[in-house]
Amino acid sequence: MPVIELADVSRAFTVTSRTGFRRTRREVRAVDGMTFSVEPGEVMGYIGPNGAGKSTTIKMLTGILVPSGGSIRVAGVDPSRHRLKLAKRIGVVFGQRTTLWWDLPLKDSFAVLQKMYDVPLARHRSNLATFVELLDLQDLLDVPVRQLSLGQRMRGDIAAALLHDPEIVYLDEPTIGLDVISKARLREFLAQVNAERRTTIILTTHDLDDIEALCTRVMVIDHGHQIFDGTLDGLKSSQSAPRTLVVDLAASLPPIEVTGATVVKVDGPRQHLTFPTSASAAPLLAQIAANYPLVDLSVSEPTIESVITQLYNSA
Amino acid sequence: MVERVLRAPAQYWMLIMMWVRSSMAYPASFVLMLCSSMVLTVMDFVAIVLMFSHISSFGGFSLAEMALLYATASMTLGIADLFTGSIERVGERVRTGAFDAYLIRPVPAFVQAAADGFALRRIGRPLQAGIVLVFALNRLDVDWTVARGIMLLVSMIAGSVIFAAIFVLGAAFQFVSVDSAELANSFTYGGQAMTQYPLVVFGQQIVRAVTFVVPIAFVNYYPVLYVLGKPAPLGLPSWIGLLSPLVAAVMVALASLAWRAGLRRYRSTGS
Repeated sequence: MPVIELADVSRAFTVTSRTGFRRTRREVRAVDGMTFSVEPGEVMGYIGPNGAGKSTTIKMLTGILVPSGGSIRVAGVDPSRHRLKLAKRIGVVFGQRTTLWWDLPLKDSFAVLQKMYDVPLARHRSNLATFVELLDLQDLLDVPVRQLSLGQRMRGDIAAALLHDPEIVYLDEPTIGLDVISKARLREFLAQVNAERRTTIILTTHDLDDIEALCTRVMVIDHGHQIFDGTLDGLKSSQSAPRTLVVDLAASLPPIEVTGATVVKVDGPRQHLTFPTSASAAPLLAQIAANYPLVDLSVSEPTIESVITQLYNSA
Repeated sequence: MVERVLRAPAQYWMLIMMWVRSSMAYPASFVLMLCSSMVLTVMDFVAIVLMFSHISSFGGFSLAEMALLYATASMTLGIADLFTGSIERVGERVRTGAFDAYLIRPVPAFVQAAADGFALRRIGRPLQAGIVLVFALNRLDVDWTVARGIMLLVSMIAGSVIFAAIFVLGAAFQFVSVDSAELANSFTYGGQAMTQYPLVVFGQQIVRAVTFVVPIAFVNYYPVLYVLGKPAPLGLPSWIGLLSPLVAAVMVALASLAWRAGLRRYRSTGS
């Protein structure tokens, strides 16, 4: 039984632009014919370039925005019609801005949320204790939200979104602007929440490491259309992004000549070559070793960035 | 829907108590702010008292009558400002996108917007108005029947509701034009500055406007005329002062429609 279901969902906006005295109205379809479903406990990465329709989809799934076509069911209800009822069953984090009370200490925000969501006090206390420990919030509880650093605030926001035991959590760019350590800690925490509570997580991000670390499923959208839906490995193998072979030679040489591979970069004695994912590296190595003074080498798989760039370009 | 309305007062109370607790975290600062707000509003009335050291009657009102008019204007605006004044920040929240945070909570956006940043120090104005009201009631030569007392009380509640409805209308308009907060302010704070004087001094056109267009004459002017047994302007019947609860009900209906329309617009454009 899917926890989220979208059938042919679209959302159009009217954009008015003005050139001189003439006003032109144009309809932009931010989301167009989106159909997918999410099972309970899935962690889905939702990726796409800026303006692809990611946030618009999230806003429709929370009930903030009313879709202009199609039907949505989240936790069994239509989000835009039962927004207040649904609110108790979902958690939302907007990476770009806080949903906490700017002027209040973090602990006051948490106390208000307990009342707003009617969380039983015992449950609230145990959840809070868990999140304070896992997200290392102890020293921040008395600090007004406006004085928190971005990473601290994000931890506070994520705890706040989870305090009422939501079945589904939407995270809109949760790692934006965070340092490497904060990112890693956050991913670890989210993975733990998903494993222990079977919380369904929908995550939009530009950071593909988030996807690698967390997501069992990836959906790529562009211009309001789905262009990929599947596993991360599936995404990588769906595109014929080239693999890279890096060779260190004994001396700086002009670009070497190898059949089946092309040199893309020369960096002193180090040369970078690309070859198709379908080909084997062994014959290339044999060729190079026979003709050039080979010292060291490494083969790297296509990065997810390059896979996605290719996907955007081909769509 | 009915359940939502019934739950709203408790949710509103819960939210404003949070703000009260947080302002009480710095009691000295709170007391200072409260006093300065009272002193500022007292100066308004001092100006009227000074004026009466030169004249004995203004627009047909004696000092004690002016005090009643002033107190009711200040009290109604003060109460409306205390409970719904924060809603004018909606435009800013829409502009920054922070309004979305209201819409993901299981509490109506209206309740959250009205309670947001509740400032108890704004109680300074109604407190000061209360003092002026006591002064007025002591000095006035009115035969205080129970009916008159109730009428004055009811009209002050209705007046507060009318001002509150104007605050909400102004906020609703900000969904369309995000910088229109000042427009509503000209009718609320500006309206209060007018209705503390007998409206006839502003001329008939103004009296017509504040009766039929933006009915702030019903906030306190007509009810006070009725209590004092004075005739109404424009040839209107003197019982027009009894209509202020009705006017308040109409204003609430309009404000509620406008707020819903604004919210619907926001949810279908996302900006």
